[in-house]
Amino acid sequence: MARKKLKTSSKPAALPFEQPIEDVRNRLKELESLAGKTAHDLTEEIAFYQERLTTLTQEVYGGLTAWNRVQVARHPNRPLTTDFIQYLFTDFVELHGDGLYGDDPAMVTGFATLEGRRLLLVAQRKGRDVKERLRCHFGSSHPEGYRKALSKMRLAERLQLPIVCLINTPGAYPGVGAEERGQARAIAENIHEMFGIQVPIVVVVIGEGGSGGALGIAIGDRVGMMENAWYSVISPEGCASILWHSADGKEEAAEALKLTANPMHDLGLVDQVIPEPVGGAHAHPKEAMRAVADQIDLWLTELEKLPLDALLEARYQKFRTIASAGSLVTSP
Amino acid sequence: MAWRLGRKKKDMPGGLWSKCSSCGTMIYTKELVANQNICTSCGFHHTLNAQRRMEITADPGTFQEYFADLAPQDRLQFVDSIPYSEKIEKAQKKTGNADACLTGLCEVKGHAVAIAIIDFSFMGGSMGEVVGEKITRTVELAQEKGLPVFIFSASGGARMHEGAISLMQMAKTCAVLQRFRKNGGFSVSIMTNPTTGGVTASFASVCDIMIGEPQALIGFAGPRVIQNTIRQDLPEGFQRSEFLLEKGQLDMIVSREEMRDRLSLLLDYAAAGKK
Ligand SMILES: [Zn+2]
Repeated sequence: MARKKLKTSSKPAALPFEQPIEDVRNRLKELESLAGKTAHDLTEEIAFYQERLTTLTQEVYGGLTAWNRVQVARHPNRPLTTDFIQYLFTDFVELHGDGLYGDDPAMVTGFATLEGRRLLLVAQRKGRDVKERLRCHFGSSHPEGYRKALSKMRLAERLQLPIVCLINTPGAYPGVGAEERGQARAIAENIHEMFGIQVPIVVVVIGEGGSGGALGIAIGDRVGMMENAWYSVISPEGCASILWHSADGKEEAAEALKLTANPMHDLGLVDQVIPEPVGGAHAHPKEAMRAVADQIDLWLTELEKLPLDALLEARYQKFRTIASAGSLVTSP
Repeated sequence: MAWRLGRKKKDMPGGLWSKCSSCGTMIYTKELVANQNICTSCGFHHTLNAQRRMEITADPGTFQEYFADLAPQDRLQFVDSIPYSEKIEKAQKKTGNADACLTGLCEVKGHAVAIAIIDFSFMGGSMGEVVGEKITRTVELAQEKGLPVFIFSASGGARMHEGAISLMQMAKTCAVLQRFRKNGGFSVSIMTNPTTGGVTASFASVCDIMIGEPQALIGFAGPRVIQNTIRQDLPEGFQRSEFLLEKGQLDMIVSREEMRDRLSLLLDYAAAGKK
């Protein structure tokens, strides 16, 4: 079993754009602690700051830029795979190893139970503390991770268990060993084989959906993104360094790539945006994870009603058509 | 996935003389072209544009182009230093093609095949919606006609100007190849210098046979990205065909001169087992 901490990181790190909210929150805390120690009635002032906190959070979160959302997706307190396993799933039985080379800690696979439904969970792990983050290569999988995922998905198929994939990776690991052991091929084979897996597959991008590293476990009958997740062909920094010739272009690149949940949904590339509480999943992790659970439950209930042929045909057609509209244009 | 390749654009013979980017020898351009862009001094297989690749692969006069009218759209309205739409126009003017993929039917030593060739000279052979769609339609065409399919790759990866639309081409092309295989189709992927990123991590790596041209750079991440991550020197010959063959990632390396014979022989074997 993976080690889990119920508490997220102890320090509530405020993102730069969250600082005004943080200031109000701190002022409120001061007042509240003062209220017990003074004869003055602070009720009115506290109420004012509570109101201010709510409206300011709504204001700030109502106007997030694409880059702001990338920051939220990477927030140190954002619920991670280990938190989902802890809060949402019961009876988790981790299944290790690809049976070929190793056990990639950046890819967690195992039996899990959600709302009484037995299923296979495939989820990318970033790690919370420094040690775990290093061990998980910050959520970047090696070929072993993709191969482990595929071998467990085949097991789920044999057992007729639905599959839930949680995506959270900056990208597949770029390293010598990963290349030697066929990183590209491992990802390609997963994508290829997932089209034939004969059980429902649902996918949720819970944080970062970094390119092929994400897609390698993201061929689902339903694909959702949490409101402040991103999903893209390349990270904003990677894109900026190539096209803007400097990582400073990352904010523009994030905007240009249309990598956040709502534009992705508008482009027809994901089925559903799963709303997060105002203030982001890091501020209200339980509610955020609950919304993901409800969506998964809804989807699986729908998908379980489909005959197998219809399920596979729909999965095929979904990916055959989702990114094909523009190419129907005839050249001048 | 769309890594820039750390290489000079000197592969395509331009002036009277061309300098080999591998060994530095100056070669008379006409001689290089006559030698299928293989360096006469060191044997390096320099990139060929799609038309030239077709000429040296197909039996003369057999190529029938399909899907030539598919043209890219700037669906994201993507702008960096210049709008993506202008980059497309420039590449179209330079190459005379709508996008980075040439597709159709041809014969190779008398065998009818469906064929797709990625054109590195068009925006580094990057895969956007049109490349993904043309690969997919070529596989569907092969399916419909009961033919094998050859896919020649030379690509820096996914085209980032099309954002996640280009990422989804990886899914689309793998989907059609999965169906093709399930229905008994036979596919061959020929990876030429360079084949990286989202192309290697999709259709180029899920064919029945995987061939590399000699010394071709083939990989997922670009060598620079890896170097920046691990901060160590890369092993000798890293990500070259010979290295990948040794690591078990390729079925074979085939030189350009032998390619037609080898492809034809593979087709003989693929057909031999059928009733
Ligand atoms: Zn040379």
